[in-house]
Amino acid sequence: MSDQTLELKGSLFPLSVLSCPDLSVSALQTQLSQKLAQAPAFFYQAPIILNLTDCQQTPDFIAIKQLFTELKLVLVGVCGASSTLKQQAQQAGLAALQLGKDSKAAAVAAAPASKAAPAVNTVSVAMDSKVVEQAVRSGQQIYAKGTDLIVKGTVGAGAEVIADGNIHIYGTLRGKAIAGAAGDSSKRIYCYNLQAELVSIAGNYWLSESLQGEFWSKSACVKLQDDQLVLAELV
Amino acid sequence: MAKIIVVTSGKGGVGKTTSSAAIGTGLALKGHKTVIIDFDIGLRNLDLIMGCERRVVYDFVNVINGEANLKQTLIKDKRTDNLFILPASQTRDKDALTKDGVERVLNELAKDFDFILCDSPAGIEAGAMMALYFADEAVVVTNPEVSSVRDSDRILGMLSSKSRRAEQGLDAIKEHLLLTRYNPERVEKGEMLSVDDVKEILSIDLLGVIPESQAVLNASNSGQPVILDAESDAGQAYLDTVDRLLGEKVPFRFLTVEKKGLLKRIFGG
Repeated sequence: MSDQTLELKGSLFPLSVLSCPDLSVSALQTQLSQKLAQAPAFFYQAPIILNLTDCQQTPDFIAIKQLFTELKLVLVGVCGASSTLKQQAQQAGLAALQLGKDSKAAAVAAAPASKAAPAVNTVSVAMDSKVVEQAVRSGQQIYAKGTDLIVKGTVGAGAEVIADGNIHIYGTLRGKAIAGAAGDSSKRIYCYNLQAELVSIAGNYWLSESLQGEFWSKSACVKLQDDQLVLAELV
Repeated sequence: MAKIIVVTSGKGGVGKTTSSAAIGTGLALKGHKTVIIDFDIGLRNLDLIMGCERRVVYDFVNVINGEANLKQTLIKDKRTDNLFILPASQTRDKDALTKDGVERVLNELAKDFDFILCDSPAGIEAGAMMALYFADEAVVVTNPEVSSVRDSDRILGMLSSKSRRAEQGLDAIKEHLLLTRYNPERVEKGEMLSVDDVKEILSIDLLGVIPESQAVLNASNSGQPVILDAESDAGQAYLDTVDRLLGEKVPFRFLTVEKKGLLKRIFGG
């Protein structure tokens, strides 16, 4: 029974990115019209991101937006913009996005005091682990973002525990445990009683049938060795 | 202050309504003023089990909508003093319950009663969520088989995350496990999960174990809570359960196969 009707979730969508050395309205109009004439239906009302990485001039965002609307395209935002251009784009009601590869550079620029941040996991020097005091029940999902997860109770069948770091479970693991969710293959899963539906480290997973054997219903440590999951004794 | 207890399970057909009727009657027999609310709007069953189906005039939804007051709606049990039933509506659906409306009714009942028992519908949808939302304690009814245990685990998760106590950061709901339809013979044969198996999986306190019994079906069909059949094993097990709910320490019975004596073996029993 939740009162929530509003939900905000992150999602990934395919968007077309338009790169053009000349971003004057007239140049865009001629070139875009030619392009669209080849496949008018294909780009109909397509969401477009304007790439400003090599942009030397100051484009007239409002006019460009107008042009896109006339051409039955939807300009949703810009990417690769310098901070002044970004501001202008935002004033014109456009979203300023970051291209995947330059996101790191932007993060550094935004926080010049902190040294370059190469990976999520190494930054969290003194990040607190996420601690769950009670049992994780069927249907519940717990995610420890950027840190370790410690569960003091049992993880029930149908429950999921996920961490970017290591996972420690002091009860029985009957559900799914996913460690190194951000891709760190050095992370491990430690549990007092292994009866998991699934264990995964950095995307390498085993289902319960692969876990049957020596360590089933016993304490165990799951780790990754040469891209292969291995089970080892806890102590 | 009244104690609100939800009887819930996730899975259907495990004995929620039978247990609500039995526990409610047991509490009333012990002298506590008790009301049992049927939250299963649209599929009312509690009044049948309690044998008062012919006396339903108004129902829970009428009270919520202000079409009737509690005094008109509550049905006084004819057999047991201190016991009242608030029946569900047969003609509405579960969306007729609003959080505000339920809270208002519960607050009003809390002034008069010691115990408010909420008989939850099956499932994890709005009706079941409404039944458990205001609870102080929960009786999770479970059968000794895997799907029932799994659903109970799911409901326990809801109790600890979707209830008023969870949302307002109060003390957690006190959770009790009530194992019903327990058959020690089948447990011995390995056809049924044992008490210890279920306790281990759900890791909550055991409130009672009700043996599988012909008496339960007979009681339901005759509209008489099984706890009133003090001769039956199920009736006795429910009496023990009520004592434990009230904080007494009572040893568990009916957990092992009864050894048949010579006479019983000869003459049948």
